[in-house]
Amino acid sequence: MPVAIVRQGDYLIASVQSDLSDNEVLRLRDDLAERVGQLRLRGIIIDVGALDVIDSFVARSLRSIAVTARLRGADTVVVGIQPDVAIAMVQFRLNLEPLQAALDLDEALVLLDRSAHGEGEDGA
Amino acid sequence: MGHEVHIPITSDADMVPARAQGRALALSLGFSTTDATLIATAISEIARNILVHVGRGQMVMRPVHEGNRRGLVVIARDDGPGIRDVEAALEHGHASRGGLGLGLPGARRLMDEFHVASELHRGTTVTMTKWRIRDELERLREQRRDRG
Repeated sequence: MPVAIVRQGDYLIASVQSDLSDNEVLRLRDDLAERVGQLRLRGIIIDVGALDVIDSFVARSLRSIAVTARLRGADTVVVGIQPDVAIAMVQFRLNLEPLQAALDLDEALVLLDRSAHGEGEDGA
Repeated sequence: MGHEVHIPITSDADMVPARAQGRALALSLGFSTTDATLIATAISEIARNILVHVGRGQMVMRPVHEGNRRGLVVIARDDGPGIRDVEAALEHGHASRGGLGLGLPGARRLMDEFHVASELHRGTTVTMTKWRIRDELERLREQRRDRG
């Protein structure tokens, strides 16, 4: 399985293990959308550190995961975007909004805890 | 030095090795990991373009030389319906089937040279190149090697 998914409290952590084909990206998207409702999750963390390439399709899929999860009451944070991948995304003009990004898992957990407690909406 | 790589693009599963081989060839040609990532991302977009619009095609990647420049060229061919308005397809945000039209313009921004030749009912060929400037040291070493 190219993505390892573990649950931690109200959060789900999905760690991408290797480069994904488009179909695997779509499967991940559908899988996460389903679990958010089933498990009554408050947050999703997607670790993309193993991805050497984030192209327009992956960016769009990550965005759609975040939008779908938001509609079902959960926030999504992407962690581990490699520096080279970040440079490529900027040059490509790819945008992950409204997705939040964090450097690592610890930061992602802080971000999710913060929005779960209603902070951070207006930068507070 | 790297060699020529041929990759048939016939299904979504072909994109993973296409990206990996593009990156490996770029690194073997002395490109930085950043440039190798830009090249792999452009390859990914162009391969998907073939799959979404035509369904099958062929990709060739090889080293190119021009004066002091060393580079990598990617040639992607398909026998599809062709693109009626290449300029529009290259414009950012041009709406296309199954995507947001980011593929071609995005790939163009990642590469140094980008050319689309398309003939209606005949197919499309995308040729894109990334250049690497050799530094003084590399030039000296090469001269020495050539002298024997």
